[in-house]
Amino acid sequence: MSQTRTIVIECLRFHPETDEAPYYQSYEVPFTEEMSVLEGLQYIKDHLDGTLTFRWSCRMAICGSCGCMVNDEPVLSCQTFLRDYHPARIRVEPLAHFPILRDLAIDQTDFLAKLESVHPYLIPSTGDDPGDQPRHQTPDQVQDYLGYAQCINCLLCYAACPQYGLNDAFTGPAALALLHRYNADSRDAGKDQRMEVINAEEGVWGCTLVGECSEVCPKHVDPARAINQNKIASTQDYFLRFLKPRGRR
Amino acid sequence: MDAIESDLVIIGGGGAGLRAAIAAAESDPGLSIALVSKVVPMRSHTVAAEGGAAGVIHPDDTLDKHFEDTVSGGDWLCEQDVVEYFIGQCTRELTQLEHWGCPWSRQDDGNINVRYFGGMKSPRTWFAADKTGFHILHTLFQASLKYPSIRRFDEFFCTDLLVEDGRVQGVLAFNIATGESVLLRCKAVILATGGASRVFGQNTNAGIVTGEGMGMAYAQGVPLRDMEFVQWHPTALPGSGILITEGARGEGGILLNKDGYRYLQDYGMGPLDPWPRPRAMELGPRDRVSQAFWHEDQAGRTVNTPNGSAVHLDLRHLGEKKIMERLPMIRELALTFAATDPVDSPIPVRPAVHYTMGGVPCDANGATPLQGLFAAGECASVGIHGANRLGSNSLAELLVFGRAAGESAARLARESTTAPANLEAQANEAEARHLKMLDTTEGERVAAIRAEMHDIMESGVGIVRDAERMGQACERLSALRERYRRGVKLDDRGRCFNTEWLTAIELGHTLQVAEAMAHSALARKESRGAHLRQDGFDKRDDENFLCHSMAWHQGDGPPRIDHAPVTITRSSPRERIYGRDSQPEQPAREE
Ligand SMILES: Cc1cc2nc3c(=O)[nH]c(=O)nc-3n(C[C@H](O)[C@H](O)[C@H](O)COP(=O)(O)OP(=O)(O)OC[C@H]3O[C@@H](n4cnc5c(N)ncnc54)[C@H](O)[C@@H]3O)c2cc1C
Ligand code: SF4
Ligand code: FES
Repeated sequence: MSQTRTIVIECLRFHPETDEAPYYQSYEVPFTEEMSVLEGLQYIKDHLDGTLTFRWSCRMAICGSCGCMVNDEPVLSCQTFLRDYHPARIRVEPLAHFPILRDLAIDQTDFLAKLESVHPYLIPSTGDDPGDQPRHQTPDQVQDYLGYAQCINCLLCYAACPQYGLNDAFTGPAALALLHRYNADSRDAGKDQRMEVINAEEGVWGCTLVGECSEVCPKHVDPARAINQNKIASTQDYFLRFLKPRGRR
Repeated sequence: MDAIESDLVIIGGGGAGLRAAIAAAESDPGLSIALVSKVVPMRSHTVAAEGGAAGVIHPDDTLDKHFEDTVSGGDWLCEQDVVEYFIGQCTRELTQLEHWGCPWSRQDDGNINVRYFGGMKSPRTWFAADKTGFHILHTLFQASLKYPSIRRFDEFFCTDLLVEDGRVQGVLAFNIATGESVLLRCKAVILATGGASRVFGQNTNAGIVTGEGMGMAYAQGVPLRDMEFVQWHPTALPGSGILITEGARGEGGILLNKDGYRYLQDYGMGPLDPWPRPRAMELGPRDRVSQAFWHEDQAGRTVNTPNGSAVHLDLRHLGEKKIMERLPMIRELALTFAATDPVDSPIPVRPAVHYTMGGVPCDANGATPLQGLFAAGECASVGIHGANRLGSNSLAELLVFGRAAGESAARLARESTTAPANLEAQANEAEARHLKMLDTTEGERVAAIRAEMHDIMESGVGIVRDAERMGQACERLSALRERYRRGVKLDDRGRCFNTEWLTAIELGHTLQVAEAMAHSALARKESRGAHLRQDGFDKRDDENFLCHSMAWHQGDGPPRIDHAPVTITRSSPRERIYGRDSQPEQPAREE
């Protein structure tokens, strides 16, 4: 067995039924070389304090449940390792910019509403009926959107985005990246419907190009790039609207 | 208690639940559909599936081959009429996903690309790189947002099916965030709660795969079928259990013991050449490949790792380019969780529990023996996996039978004329039972009981079994259930987001599912598929055991086991042959 050491994990605690304000609680956790922060939290829950509350499921960085702040950085706790912090203590907090439901579990309803708002599904053109055959799409055409289809909805980018922190009306990085994922898909013809979301003040123009979202994204989705491309699209759309008013195309 | 009325309640927002919801919404837009899940749907375990989904589309492939591979892979314990329906629908469903936007991997000309999986005569596995489940789940979830009649109850935990007059008419659930209960009234319920692999310790599955959906049906008198058939996936990372997809072998990866020897040739899957070829060596079926590991380990020919013994999965000869194109997530997982770059060195792997072949019995429409209850996905035993599931058949199953269950449940809900039953008393009684746990001050921790369950199952109902160890497992489980009943000590007494409490409720169901597995295993006095015995019952016995096992709930006592016939239409049991005598009509191709 690998060698066991001990690390102090300091967790933000908040219980809406009993606490007026969040506070911190520290736990001493034995850990081995391969233990993740998530496994540290599980150790606490199983053996030290069953009240500590956090979300997790896949423990392999694909379900997007376990995002939290570790020493002020938004990370997936299942692929962040205790060894990288030892011997210093670590501080674990819920993802920034979201209301806290309890301890490390945040309220994700605002994000889910935003995800729904971008029409995140294929909208084929009216004449397009593939019948019972798959459509064609070359590997290059797949590459045009595949990167943006990697989002696991972990919300790290929202926790990193200063704009979302200031104004949560901003549609935000992941939802806009998803919007772009469908716009960039050769099988899709729904751009116009999505343009309203893009053009709105809370759409791409809410972004001030800080780029933190792409820095923290564990799946290399690059939301900043998606937003930027849509700023160009939005500008074009703005001018086009003078030339050919909507509805008369 | 709040009560909410819908026509149809679907428990589970994984691949099966979402596909069922869409099918129900499409078949009758006027129907109100409640989609209830303990996690937001895109976090369901389907998200973790890597390798791909089976559907005949390759010019060399035929429906007959898919039928044969499935039935022989399942060691003739499949419902052949259901398999027939299944294979006929897979490609249509995978195509439907394409129409919804799923980013299937393509050939240069833009056609769908397929790859080999274990036990296949022809390449049949549609894939989206090595994140197939992720893309399927997100595509389904996003597509489901188009249907206004689907009302989601995200992070609601279901605990009980409510049965009145012999029909399921409601579900008791708790809103996780608040801990408040809600009575979901309905005319039909679809169970799509996934498998039960977390009954075991060494596991490829997500933490939420705890089998309480099966437990809920079982408690209402629905038998659990073929529960002894638990699939060990041969290639998981030691310790964490994180899966390295069979697709890695489908792309040409090989398995080596500590001497660098491709040991599968000694276990009826050779000879080595020509390589690669289907249904041979590393492309043998999972039961055989996992069992071969067990023997190598017994013979001392495995490598030691800090997390137990392992063999090597070598991908180096594929080269960085192909690995990055076909198996990018595998590379990332190996780097992150095993500190190994498969481009430069082999990945240490060992078997881990992966899939529950058994479950809630149902017909091809998803209808279970209980009126109003349908089942789809891994929680169901519709009959396509038999004693050993073929990789890639499960994702296809979610779609084919998710849709079938959605359509049939919608039909039943539409036609149902019975007046709504009074379920309050039942719901209140169940709620009180669960709330009482919050007051328990004596007893053992959830983690202690769970760890004991894992130990019992790993040591007694493992890859290789015998009567003595299975018998001990049955006894220990019955004692453990007694300890659970005596009390689970909770630190957390509040209602809001109390995951300790919900885990304790969950564990009550999981223990019973474990018991159904152990007793079904003990009663099957033969070896078949994933059920391998070493105590004189090491051969298949078609005379006595070409039949399904049925475990019946008996309150606090152990289950009663009996057996039910299996439907055979056109393939009579033969010897299962892989390797030598399984020459392809044409050699496996690289692309
Ligand atoms: C790592 C891995 C890789 C795999 N790869 C492949 C592959 O390549 N090809 C293949 O064919 N198969 C694969 N499988 C198998 C396949 O992924 C699963 O069988 C399948 O995804 C199960 O889907 P499901 O919809 O039945 O259940 P799940 O996706 O597990 O969903 C279950 C749903 O039920 C909900 N639920 C459960 N209990 C409750 C409750 N009490 N209250 C409320 N909601 C509840 C959950 O929240 C969830 O939404 C893989 C499995 C694993 C573990
Ligand atoms: S874009 Fe990246 S960081 Fe943002 S939610 Fe998606 S995966 Fe997470
Ligand atoms: S637990 Fe699923 S992403 Fe970390």
